[in-house]
Order: sequence, then structure tokens, then C-alpha cells
Amino acid sequence: MTYFRPTDLSDALQWLSEDHSAADRRIIAGCTDIFPATTAQTIRGPLLDVTAIRELRGITEFSDHWRFGATTTWTDVIRADLPAAFDGLKSAAREVGSVQIQNSGTLAGNLCNASPAADGSPVWLTLDASVELLSLSGSRVLPIATFLLGPRRTALAHGEIMTAILVPKSGAQGRSIFVKLGARKYLVISIAMVAVRLVEQNGLILQISVAVGSCSAVPTRLPLVEAALTNHRLKTPIGTLMTDDMVRVSLSPITDVRGDAAYRLSVATELVRRSITDLAGAPQERAA
Amino acid sequence: MSPDTIGIDRSSAMEITVNGTTVSISSSPGRRLSDVLREELGLRGTKVGCDAGDCGACTVLIDGEPVCACLTPAAQASGRAVQTIEALSTPQISPLQASFLRHGAAQCGICTPGMLMAATALLSRVSHPTRLQVEDALGGVLCRCTGYQKIIDAVCDLSQAQPASMPPSGKAVGARVPRLDGMAKVRGTEVFGADYWPENALVVRAIRSPHHRATFQFGDIQAWRTANPGIEAVFTASDIPGINAFGVIPKFADQPALAEGHARFQGEAVAIIAGSADVVTDVDLQDFPVTWVPGPESLTSDAAAEIDAPLIHADRPGNTLVEGFVTTGDASDALNKSAHVIERSIETSYVEHAYIEPEAGSAWLDGDTLVIQACTQAPYMDRDDTAKILGLDPGKVRIIPAAAGGGFGAKLDISLQPLIGLVTLKTGRPCRMVYSRQESMASTTKRHPANMVARIGADAAGNITGMIFDGKFNTGAYASWGPTVAVRVPVHGSGPYRTPNYRATAAAIHTNGPVSGAFRGFGVPQVAILQETIYDELADACGVDRLEFRRQNALRDGDRSVCGQVMHGVGILDCLDALVPHWQAALKTTAAFNVTSTALKRGVGVASCWYGCGNTSLSNPSTIRLGITRHGDLVLHQAAEDIGQGANTVITQICADALGLPLDQFQLIGGDTGLSPDCGKTSASRQTVVTGNAADRAGRALRREILRMSNMGSEARITLSGTNLRIADGAASSEIRLATLPENANGYVLMAEETYDPPTRPLDQNGQGVPYAIYGYGAQMAEIEVDTGLGTVRVRNITTAHDLGRVINPLLAEGQIEGGVAQGLGMALMEEFIPGRTENLHDYLIPSIGDMPHIQSILIEKPDLEGPMGAKGLGEHVLIPTAPAIYNGIRHACGARVTKVPALPHRLLAAIHTAKAAR
Repeated sequence: MTYFRPTDLSDALQWLSEDHSAADRRIIAGCTDIFPATTAQTIRGPLLDVTAIRELRGITEFSDHWRFGATTTWTDVIRADLPAAFDGLKSAAREVGSVQIQNSGTLAGNLCNASPAADGSPVWLTLDASVELLSLSGSRVLPIATFLLGPRRTALAHGEIMTAILVPKSGAQGRSIFVKLGARKYLVISIAMVAVRLVEQNGLILQISVAVGSCSAVPTRLPLVEAALTNHRLKTPIGTLMTDDMVRVSLSPITDVRGDAAYRLSVATELVRRSITDLAGAPQERAA
Repeated sequence: MSPDTIGIDRSSAMEITVNGTTVSISSSPGRRLSDVLREELGLRGTKVGCDAGDCGACTVLIDGEPVCACLTPAAQASGRAVQTIEALSTPQISPLQASFLRHGAAQCGICTPGMLMAATALLSRVSHPTRLQVEDALGGVLCRCTGYQKIIDAVCDLSQAQPASMPPSGKAVGARVPRLDGMAKVRGTEVFGADYWPENALVVRAIRSPHHRATFQFGDIQAWRTANPGIEAVFTASDIPGINAFGVIPKFADQPALAEGHARFQGEAVAIIAGSADVVTDVDLQDFPVTWVPGPESLTSDAAAEIDAPLIHADRPGNTLVEGFVTTGDASDALNKSAHVIERSIETSYVEHAYIEPEAGSAWLDGDTLVIQACTQAPYMDRDDTAKILGLDPGKVRIIPAAAGGGFGAKLDISLQPLIGLVTLKTGRPCRMVYSRQESMASTTKRHPANMVARIGADAAGNITGMIFDGKFNTGAYASWGPTVAVRVPVHGSGPYRTPNYRATAAAIHTNGPVSGAFRGFGVPQVAILQETIYDELADACGVDRLEFRRQNALRDGDRSVCGQVMHGVGILDCLDALVPHWQAALKTTAAFNVTSTALKRGVGVASCWYGCGNTSLSNPSTIRLGITRHGDLVLHQAAEDIGQGANTVITQICADALGLPLDQFQLIGGDTGLSPDCGKTSASRQTVVTGNAADRAGRALRREILRMSNMGSEARITLSGTNLRIADGAASSEIRLATLPENANGYVLMAEETYDPPTRPLDQNGQGVPYAIYGYGAQMAEIEVDTGLGTVRVRNITTAHDLGRVINPLLAEGQIEGGVAQGLGMALMEEFIPGRTENLHDYLIPSIGDMPHIQSILIEKPDLEGPMGAKGLGEHVLIPTAPAIYNGIRHACGARVTKVPALPHRLLAAIHTAKAAR
């Protein structure tokens, strides 16, 4: 029964490479998912707690990308000075559970837990983000869409740890929005959510990324919607460019206690329409 | 226990700086910080409501930032500064705590530490926060009592944080007095069920049925114990020495403390284990040796009422527990002759009480008396049922009520009392038990799901002609309060309106769902939804304004109710009248908004309530003892359980003015069955009127005695100073030296004990009689906004007008109203308990601080001569009109009719589409 909380990343990787009854060992950070899953008062190991590794936390701008450290909390995101392309990410951060959860919950934990309703995932998709995975044998970078395999399933391999989420500068252009629909205001799991990022040039939509969460096994981009809008004038009424089917074909919602499948399809479409309209009508992005 | 940490430093224990003091922790690094604080450090001001980050009761600050202690492994607090509720008092309470007290922001007090810590973090960054900033900061803490409004006010308005001064002699009733028991709640020192246990108490856990219905057999329990060293005892139904059947209504007592070979609902306890905390707390119960054979189950009243449905209790044919019936006039004939008739049906869901305190308590032996200290709404009923199950004389069981962290009806039924009693009785050792959130939600009572159909008619002039109602109420696996619901529903189904022809039936049907019991309103909120929404359609059909329609039909003094009772002190018209200006203004602004708004549509709805206070046509006395000791202590034995609603304060206010001594001289002794006479149960909105009347009588009796001894007139003024009573009447004065008087058996030199039992008469076979001595009335108006593209509803304003007869304490009355509105709003829009599926507070949603509208309370005083100083009950009334008012607002906004409660967004969007298609 071990609880390992190293300060050095190399110690973490070494521990991961050893056999700690591999099947049930877990990497933990904010613990906002592992504790709710048990009534036990003590979580049992083998556990690798990565929150003491300082280099894993923080947001850094590089020449060609932004780096969000794995254990960066949602509160860190809210308080960071970021360009308008990350407004959607900040909105999502504010929608994560509550202030208490935002203070503990981490960006990597949100992705590795791989809930279809994870608030961060659709936003990362619109930012063209990738995850950086590190093991003793080296590092690899996977696009979010490749990393998320299904409900509670990811491409994280044995011996690997997520060290960061990377957003290319090309993905950090423009302005963005995130909308979450739930049955109450705070502490709510979404019924549907939509993230949109839009790059405008001379009144034209130069680039648009649209993603929907909670309406398929993993959050998904809407390529048909994006194609239909790209290079069109911002002021074009969305109804003339986008059909409901362009949204629906990309989604495969389930019926659960929060809403039925038909409802999810309907509101996802409505939220996509509204989000794009709101974002198109929003003032020009501020200087980064 | 040795730490199993490895890492940076394998040798040393963790150190945490808690409230400024660095302490060494021996707990495992993966232990929840909440458990470390409460169990290892004894800091029990931090409350645990869910162990899942859903309720925020355990909020503490780490390096100044709020986190859920239940989600924080001890290791992550290591080397950091943790601040808990205990740090806020130094020892004087902080301005924030004082503000909570002054504003009435703490009711039961279980969420208060979490609220205070979250607010402390906010105020350290923003000294004068806006309402929205407060909501964002406190959004992670759920409160089930207050409706949040007074909490927001308390955080926004620290300025006048001096405690309000106590009213002088004779001026207690009507004064805006902060709750007398509030100090412990804002300090975090209140002792709830989980907060006290004798040293070395065994920890008890239950094994529960994973099936809705199953027979079961135990395997080799001895072998399981051997494999799990430290388990000191395992008990099953065969160990129960008494009668293994309890129930709040003795005639229907049917629920086993531990099931006997046959589990009738998911979550029913079948065995208990006991042992030391470090073994039992986290032992895996999955491999407990029990074999289940699932049986055919019925989960809805429709399924259970089918002819071939398996019987849940062999002696209850048709799975029918009981049927209630009220009729007057000829309803069928009246409807046939009516100008307008509307028929509608509505289905409601299980609603969970969702108090933030899961059931908890401890037990020990005091000589040969079994003592149980646990959360409860009914200490004497707990005593009698527990004694019966354990084969003890009731005098050998003593119930000490722990502070109840919310109740709302579910803590009327016993839960863990017989279980911990059994362990202590059998082992001779003290023990304690705390339900997990899942266990609390799975195993305790719910609001009855109802399938209801009603037809209501009106003549061309808009006068109600008659009503026919039929409802099936899913009463779950055991009787509990099912009979009460079946009786109360037909009695109240007309609403507070003249209904000359009436026929109502309500059946309580057993299913394999969780036990449906008491929940604020006993079925009346369900029927009010149907009746009040039909009224809106009828008003439209008659071409009468919807509020005017209700005024026109409102009961007046001297009218007969549907039970034939001649009504007095009827305040419904006064309530509706009070809403008129608000209604007219809201109709105007709503119409103006809707002219330009397309997706968002606003609407206004109104609904009324009436509710009889106390048991239906049954004796339900309360007894109050009031004494003065030779040392000059003025002691009130006030056993009406204060579950947050304020009985400790209200009853004392009544008694103070009846006696003529100031409120702040009273000392309270609560509902300890070893110390106080029975004040009955905290239910049916009865405590203010029934116990209040007993307190009024006791106060007046003691006053008479003092005046008699001093030979003074009835207007004399009494003062208590030291060990002397001084009685002055004009120029004459007299003194009673308390120390010279003989003590009675209760230790008092002066004492009065008075009982009040509300006068009722039985209902005959047609439901005619006098079911209640006193009724309360109210009406609420909801201004709502529907997003017609998403099916979501935002309740913007609720304006309430409630007739309290006499307002004993406006601060607490507003708190009841705001909390009732919150529960009504939750019932209307989000609360749906699904057995086996929503046994947590993230799938089962109750309103958060951001979901509440602005609430305005108009307090009406239409005295009832039967009530203490004219007062009526309020606790349940306040929830009844909210949901129908919201639904009427929705229909007004967009034409959509709600047929399944709650109006979850997907249901409402479908209803909006249906309404559009019908146009």
C-alpha cells in the first residue's frame, strides 16, 4: 500500500516504471474524481500523487505554442492573463463544479478522467490542443481527439504521465466562447455544452472551430458546420449557412437522468447556433 | 496506525498547520482531510454531507483558498496552512458570524461552517461583494433550509453586525429576534448526530439490499469475521430481542429494523457490523456472506395496482395500504351542469429531503438505561419504537436529540436508532453510526410520487361548481406516513376555495420503491399542483383574470370546507388581496418584455395554499414545563424539536410574554426524554400552535401562581433578579424569595406544567368532520422566464403572502418562507429521485445559491382564536404554492403545460413543442 508524492518528475517516472501491482495503481492530482467514486475515508494505493511536482503546474507562453502544465488548476486558468482565444477556456473553468473544485481540480485530471461531460474537453478541441505524455522511454504528443478514446478511456499508456496540454499559436488566434447547459446554476453536470473559436478577417470568418460535449461518447468537433461557415461573412445569418443536420450527424447522445437523446440533439443545435451568433456579434478580439 | 507514505521523506509524519498551530498527523496520506480533522484532531466544526464535493459543507481554507476537505488527501495539506470554522471565533465571534446570526442565515446550521469558510475566502479578497460575487463564491455550498437569501444578505451586509438587542419583558412576541440557539451554529460548535460519541465507541455499518426486491440467506458470517479481524460483532434480524416491526403509526407498524429473509426495497438493511473505527470505517462489505435471489418487483403504483402484481405485504390485497375519501354534495352532477369543466392529470416523482446532514448518532448504557443521542424530529416516538424493537421498557430507553441538520419530515421515522441500540445492548459497549450520503438517500423516506387526475368545473360567472379528484400515491415498501398522506390529500384537495360539490379519493399503494413518508406537506403539495394549474385553465375558460378567479372563489369566514367544517380566521382572501398590486405590475412588465423577446418568454403565475396544523382528527398533545429554581434560574422545558425552523426561539417568545419575564432570562432544556415532557413530533406545522399553546398556558399558569402568592392583580409586573422575584402593581410591590421556598421533585420552587391538545372531531365515512382546529393560508406569485429554445426556466421573483395569524418572529417566518420556496422550486424544476440511480447530490439536484429568485415576504395577520396569541402554523404551507405558481407562470409565458413533475428541461421543451403544435 503506497502513497507516493514525489517532488521530482524523474522520481515519478521511475515509480511508474516499476511494478506496483500495476493493475490497480493510479495517478492522482486534485482528487475531485477519485474521492467521489468511493465511500471509503482513505484512498488506497498504489497511488502516485503528482501535485508536489512544481514543474507540472503553470501556464507558459512559448514562441510557437502555449503550455498548460498538467496540474494547473482551473483557478490558475481563471486568474491567468490570456488572450481572447482562451476566453472559452476561462468560461469553462468557471463552470467546473464550484470554487472549491476549481481550486483543487486540474486540467490533466479533467482529461484523464475522460468523462463525456468534462467541461474542459470541448474547449481544448477548439483550441487544436494536444497532450504531452511522458515516460522513461520518452515523450509523445497526441491531439486531444486521439487521446480521448471513450467514456473513461484514454490513450495514456502504462508508465506514462500527462505532463502538459499544448496549444499551438495557430490555435490561440481569434476569440472564443463556451456555453454549458445544466439543470441548475452551480455544481452541475452538463446536459450539453458548446465551445466555439472564431478567427475573423475583414468581416469574414477566416477560421472557425466548433465542438460539442456531453452529446457523444467523447466530445467532438463539428466539421460540417465549420466548413459551411468558413470564408463566409460574419454578419450572414447563421440560419442561411448551417442546417440542424450539420450538427446532428456528428453527435450520438445518450438518454440519462439529465436529459433524453432527442433533447440533447435539439439543444446542442440551438446552443451551436446561439454561440456562433453571439461570438460573431462580439467585438473584435483585444490585443493579445 | 503507521503512515504508509513513501516519498520525499519516508521517516517523518506529515505536519499540517491547522488554525495557526503546526500539528503532526499520524493518518494515512490518502485519508480525507475532513476525516483527519474530525477524527484525529477532534475539529468537528467541519461537517461532512456527501464525501463527494457535491455539498461543500466540509469547506476549509488551505493557504487561504476554499477546498472541500472531503476531496483533499491529507498528504496535500501537508506543510500547508489549513483554516477551519474553529479559527473564526477568537473567542468572540467574527463580524461575519455575527451577521449570519443577525440575518437568520443559519437555520439548522449544518451548512453554516462551509458557508462561513467560503464567505471568509471571498471577503479576504473583496470587502464589499456584490450579490453575484457572493453567489459565485458560495455556489459550492448547498443549503436545504434557508433558500440562501439571508445568507447572501449576511455576506453583503456586515455593517451593522452588532447582535440585535433582546426585547424587554412583554415584547417578545412579534420581535425580530435572532434564533436563541444560533450562537453554537455560527461557531460550528453545535453537536449534530455525528459530532458526539463516548470514548472507544464501536463504529457500526449496515449491509443493505442491492435489489428492489429479493430473498436472501446468510453464509458463513463467522468465517467472514475471522477473515476480517477487528470486526467485533455482526447482528441480523435473528438477534433482535423485541418486535422487529416499527412504524410511525402503531396500527400500521410493518418495517423491520433488519429485514427477515426478504428485502422489499433497495437499500433496506439486512445486517450490521461493529468494530473499531480503523477496521470498520473502510472494510469492504462487497464480500459479506449473503446470497440474494432477486424477486419480481413493482416500482410504480400503476404496476403494483395491477391485478396480478405480486403482493409486497401478504395482508394488504391490491398492494393497497389505505384509501382516503372525502365527499360533499354531488360532484358528478355539478360537473355535468357546469359551463366549463377542465380535466387534467399529472404525475409527480419521488422527492428526496436532501438535508445536508446524513443520519447519525451514538448509543451507550447509563446503568441499565440505553441512551441514544441521534438526529430526530420526534424523540418520544423514537424512544417507544426503539424500546419495542429491542424488547425494553420505554423507561429504559432515553433519547437525547442531537441537533438535527435538517429534517423536513424524514427524521420523524427512526433510522439508525434501533441499529446502534442493538449493538450497545448486545455488546454492552458504546457505539456510533454515520450514514453515508448514498445510504441516507437509499434507505430513508421520500415524498410520495403521485399519479393524479382531477376534473374541476365552474359556472359561466367563474364560480367553482365542483371537483372530482383521484390520486394514487406510491407509498413504497412500508407504511410509514402513507396513511397520513392518503387522508390529508382528500381533505386539502380543494385548496382554500369554496367547493360545494366534491369527491376525492387517494390511495397509498405499496411498491418496491423506497419508503414514502413525511415530507413538508404530506401529499398536499402534489395535489395543489394539479388543482392550481387546472384553476388557471378554468379562469381562462371563464374569461376571468387568474388572480381575480381565486379571490372570487376564496373561502370566507363562516364558509364550510369540503369536510363540512365551519371555517374561522380564514386568511386566504387577505393573502390574495395583498398580491393584487404586485400581480398587476408584473402582468404589465411581462407583456412589455414579451413584445420584443423571441426565445425568452416571461410569465406570471399564482397559486394558493391552506394547510391544517397538527394531526388529522387525532389527539396530538404537547406538554410544556416551566420552572424557577431556588437559585433564580428560569427554565423552560421545550421539547418541540428545533430542526432549524426555530421552535426553540418561537416557543420561548410565546412563553416569555405569557409569563411576563424577558426572553433573555430563559434557559432552555430540549427534548431529552429523560428531562422534558413530550411535545410530540415536529411535523404537520404543529409546533407553533400546539406546543405554542402549551407554552402560553404554562407561562400564564406560572404567572397566576406568582400573582396569587404575592396577592397581586393581573396587570402586575414581574421581575426576576438574582434569587428574588419582585412583583409590582402600581404603587404596591411584593417580593418572593426563591431560596426560602421548598423544591419540588423536579428541582423547582415554582413550576407550571400545561398540556394542549387541539380540539378536532373524527371524519365520518364521507370525510365529514373537524379534521383540524387551526389552518394556515398563503398565496405566492411567481415571475419566471422560459428559454423556449432550451426548455429551461429562470425564476426571477417570488412574492409571497402568508397568513400567520400572529407573527411571533418575522425574521424566522421569512426564513421558513424562503426555505419553503427553495424546496418548492426544486420540486418544480429539478428534483427527481430514481431508486438505485440518483443516490448522490450530483445526480439528484437541489437548488444551488444561483437558482434562487428574489423572494419578497408579505406577512398577513388574520388571528385564529384557537392559536397561541392568534398564531397559525407556517412550516409546510410555504412549500405548497411554489411549484404550481411556477407552472402557471410557465403556461402564461409559452403555453406549455407540465404533466410530469419535475419540469426538467427536456420535458419542458417537449411540452413547449406540443403547445406550439396545438396552436
